[in-house]
Amino acid sequence: MMNGAQAVLESLKKEGVDVVFGYPGGAVLTLYDAVYKMKFPHVLTRHEQGAVHAADGYARATGKVGVVFATSGPGATNLITGIATACTDSVPLVCITGQVANPYIGKDSFQEADVFGITTPITKHNYLVKDVRELPRVIKEAFFIARTGRPGPVVIDVAKDVFDTKFDYAYPESVHLRGYSGEYIGDEAEIDAVVEAINHASRPMLFVGGGVIGANVSETMRSIVSRLGAPVTTTLLGLGAVAADTKGFLGFAGMHGSYAANMTIQECDLLLCIGMRFSDRVTGVVSGFAPKAKIVHFELDEAEVNKNVAADYRVLGDLRWSLPLLQAKLEQSGRAYAAENESWLEKAIDRSKEHPFSYQPDGDAIKPGALIRKISELSDEDTIAVTDVGQHQMWAAQFFDVYKPRHFLTSGGQGTMGYGLPAAMGAKIGQPDSKVVLFTGDGSIMMNCQEFATIADNDIDVKVIIIHNCILGMVGQWQRLFYNNHYSQSELKGKTDFVKMAEAFGLRGYRLTRKEELETELPKIMQTAGPALVDVWVPEDEDVLPMVPGGKRLDQMVLGGNK
Amino acid sequence: MMKKYLLAVLVDNKPGVLTHVSGLISRRAFNIESISAGYTEEPAITRINIVVSVESENELDQVVTQLSKLIDVIKIVNLSKSESIERELVMIKVRADRKNRADIINIVEIFRAKIVDVGPEDVVVELTGSQSKIDGIIEVLSEYEILEIARTGSIALSRGPIPVKRM
Repeated sequence: MMNGAQAVLESLKKEGVDVVFGYPGGAVLTLYDAVYKMKFPHVLTRHEQGAVHAADGYARATGKVGVVFATSGPGATNLITGIATACTDSVPLVCITGQVANPYIGKDSFQEADVFGITTPITKHNYLVKDVRELPRVIKEAFFIARTGRPGPVVIDVAKDVFDTKFDYAYPESVHLRGYSGEYIGDEAEIDAVVEAINHASRPMLFVGGGVIGANVSETMRSIVSRLGAPVTTTLLGLGAVAADTKGFLGFAGMHGSYAANMTIQECDLLLCIGMRFSDRVTGVVSGFAPKAKIVHFELDEAEVNKNVAADYRVLGDLRWSLPLLQAKLEQSGRAYAAENESWLEKAIDRSKEHPFSYQPDGDAIKPGALIRKISELSDEDTIAVTDVGQHQMWAAQFFDVYKPRHFLTSGGQGTMGYGLPAAMGAKIGQPDSKVVLFTGDGSIMMNCQEFATIADNDIDVKVIIIHNCILGMVGQWQRLFYNNHYSQSELKGKTDFVKMAEAFGLRGYRLTRKEELETELPKIMQTAGPALVDVWVPEDEDVLPMVPGGKRLDQMVLGGNK
Repeated sequence: MMKKYLLAVLVDNKPGVLTHVSGLISRRAFNIESISAGYTEEPAITRINIVVSVESENELDQVVTQLSKLIDVIKIVNLSKSESIERELVMIKVRADRKNRADIINIVEIFRAKIVDVGPEDVVVELTGSQSKIDGIIEVLSEYEILEIARTGSIALSRGPIPVKRM
């Protein structure tokens, strides 16, 4: 016999969970008592939102399921932004929240909120557990659902008295769900049709999404890229699926993607889209997307096919099934694709050289592009870059070279400001041997800056680079370009002393303001072990370019810069 | 042009299933004409009958594939695309007095409907049939004073011995 709380932790052990991120409270006191007694590894964040983003960063960096505990009512509602962030970006999480005790449910009791109802549209699946005997099965299913198929967050809301109830615990060996197998083996004929299309294409291109990283098939993807010798781009979440120095890699595509990637998409006659969902941020105006191309869509989730962009060919199924088959069929075809595509590839590479990601290196000030490029140079290939959301996020995607999958963590779909600091923390905990650098802004960092306390308490070695421009940069950029320079509520006055803030939390803080400090100061800071905050002052009016304005085609992007 | 389709959705008979289905419908902004749910020949399965209104086949595919992704959805069959019998039940309360009661009874007979309750000031009419037949009787009875209408929404079964779960 054991109680529900112990059963939760026993089940987590059986699922291989090595750390939980969470925050205690009334409805989970018994659960936390079990954490205490069983010495279960747990990281106490300073806000439930910090816990869920940390679990997300941990999950993205490791490929394992991130686990979160929070109490009922406000504890659980504080998870919402993080759950939605994980859901949109297909990140596997299991969030266990306390609910008020059974007799109090529905009575508007203290700290009661309908967590099942609230989380329904932002989870892959969710549960309300009112009977302790259901707990082992539900936990088993939750982990299975979170990590299989298209991954996503699962919420288990547990009535407080369930944690206290003793029962005969047994963890199920297997999962029985009539409507979900987690396996998606498709129709091989669909792959044959794609090979046929590749054989007839003269200007093929690869467009790689986050699904390739989620399915851990980046190696196969890279073999296909080299076999075809075709130009390749990624989505924001696909960064790292192919190495930054891959011949023909044009950088990421879309609204702030590279000139070469966007132009080549518009020129190609076959676009192989793999594990991506055609977000409005990568297509530009959808009617003008890749107008000369047949679209091929390799996708696990049937609902994504034809949702935003109509596919001429689809390969429905798990990429772990389809990509190795595609690779084998391309090997067997006897064609010299790379030689056939050479001049087309060279044209794309020339475009890259013609308009690389660039910035104006004038003056004494530190330009964000120069800063990020310098940090990229100072980093090894194992460094995990994490971002917050806004201009700095786009600059990081443009100027930081990512070599490996799970090494560029960013909130792509939701664009959640405040994601970065806790996610970086979670990534470092999941991959302690990798260096972790966070790019954030003076806007974003304030949205979860309480987590500096968690970082200091646990000595989590994260280097936090604040790109400090005294404005909500992306909002300001849109106001500059489309709203007549009306900087409505976007200006930050720069009164916050981030160095002092770091010191107050118990971290080292540095401030860089002049260009030469990138050479004289930054290398030392980055090499010193232990967490640090680096407050880097940059000009306020720097735009992220290129840019595809809303409602325009990818080839109608605004260029800029020259270095 | 909006077209209507009737989907038979077999789901696990578990708490929260209706929340998942209705949550998905609102999140994806689908147009639902009617929805009804009930027990089936298998205690573990609930059948939800959804009439969805869409502008294109692509939109219909979205409804089906998004619903299919719900973990507790076991199977979806579009019964409008196969041979099927579709029925809806309506109850209509009409104000009726001695002067017009005979006329109303006459209409009820023409539509092969039934009078299931009679009071001094009203009658309650019950009719089972296709949506168009129900719309028809409501239109005719509108000449009198309709006090209240309750409709179940359409349900359907395929023709032949094969049940939806084996289709």
